[in-house]
Amino acid sequence: MRKYVKKIFWAWEVEKEEHWLNEMSAKGLALVDYSWCRYAFEECEPGEYSYKIQLLEHSPNHPESEQYIRFMEETGAEQVAQYINWVYFRKKTAEGPFELFSDIESRLRHLILIKKLLLPFGILNLAVAFMNFINFGINAPDLLWVPFINLACAAFLIFGVAHIQKKIKKLKKEHAIME
Amino acid sequence: MENIALTEAVFYILLSLEKPLHGYGIMQNAEKLSSGRVRLAAGTLYGAINTLLEKHWIAAVPGESGDRKKEYVITELGKTAVLAELDRLRELVKNGEELTGGWNK
Repeated sequence: MRKYVKKIFWAWEVEKEEHWLNEMSAKGLALVDYSWCRYAFEECEPGEYSYKIQLLEHSPNHPESEQYIRFMEETGAEQVAQYINWVYFRKKTAEGPFELFSDIESRLRHLILIKKLLLPFGILNLAVAFMNFINFGINAPDLLWVPFINLACAAFLIFGVAHIQKKIKKLKKEHAIME
Repeated sequence: MENIALTEAVFYILLSLEKPLHGYGIMQNAEKLSSGRVRLAAGTLYGAINTLLEKHWIAAVPGESGDRKKEYVITELGKTAVLAELDRLRELVKNGEELTGGWNK
């Protein structure tokens, strides 16, 4: 029987989300599907699966993504869910530790992809906030709370970008002296 | 050919492809060759394979029908790269051993 859990993880909390999914698996609940903030679990042996989440460059139905997902499946991983360009993979824990990346270069590339996803939304919200300040300031002063919402969204997204950027910087420093 | 160090993943991929092998086979082979030290993750391996295909250091083996796992094999260009890398590694080991001879272990 399926058990549903509602929970929010932001795009910059991938590791936290993976950690949570692995904890659920350790409790005997394996993720089998995901849609907007709604996680579907089915019973499994405690700790049966390890989970990894990846942002793909293209949608999961794009031929390049399909080829990649097929490759992942050939190596023993299984795609359990997809959401926009995000894919949820799992692998039997008995088959050894499950990692998507084994060098700094590919870890960096994934982080940069997540940053590129967030940054335009952050900038867009900032621009909209700015325009609304002027617009509502002149035409509708009683709606002046709207741009503050935009500003809050922008700040939140830019906080996420900064969080990713910190990780990118740390990895780049390491990358300067090792693989 | 540019004289640049190969990544560990690339080195072990190339070494694994004397005979045609698919992705999972490369992962297993690299782990075996390195006594369990090198564990290539699938995402990293996939990216490296595509770059090596673009550089023509490896080639995709035309698949037999029924077997959908793609296999790859090293090319002459790839072999040249491995040999050049071996020369570089020999130099590193030689200098390393000479200059650390007096260091405590």
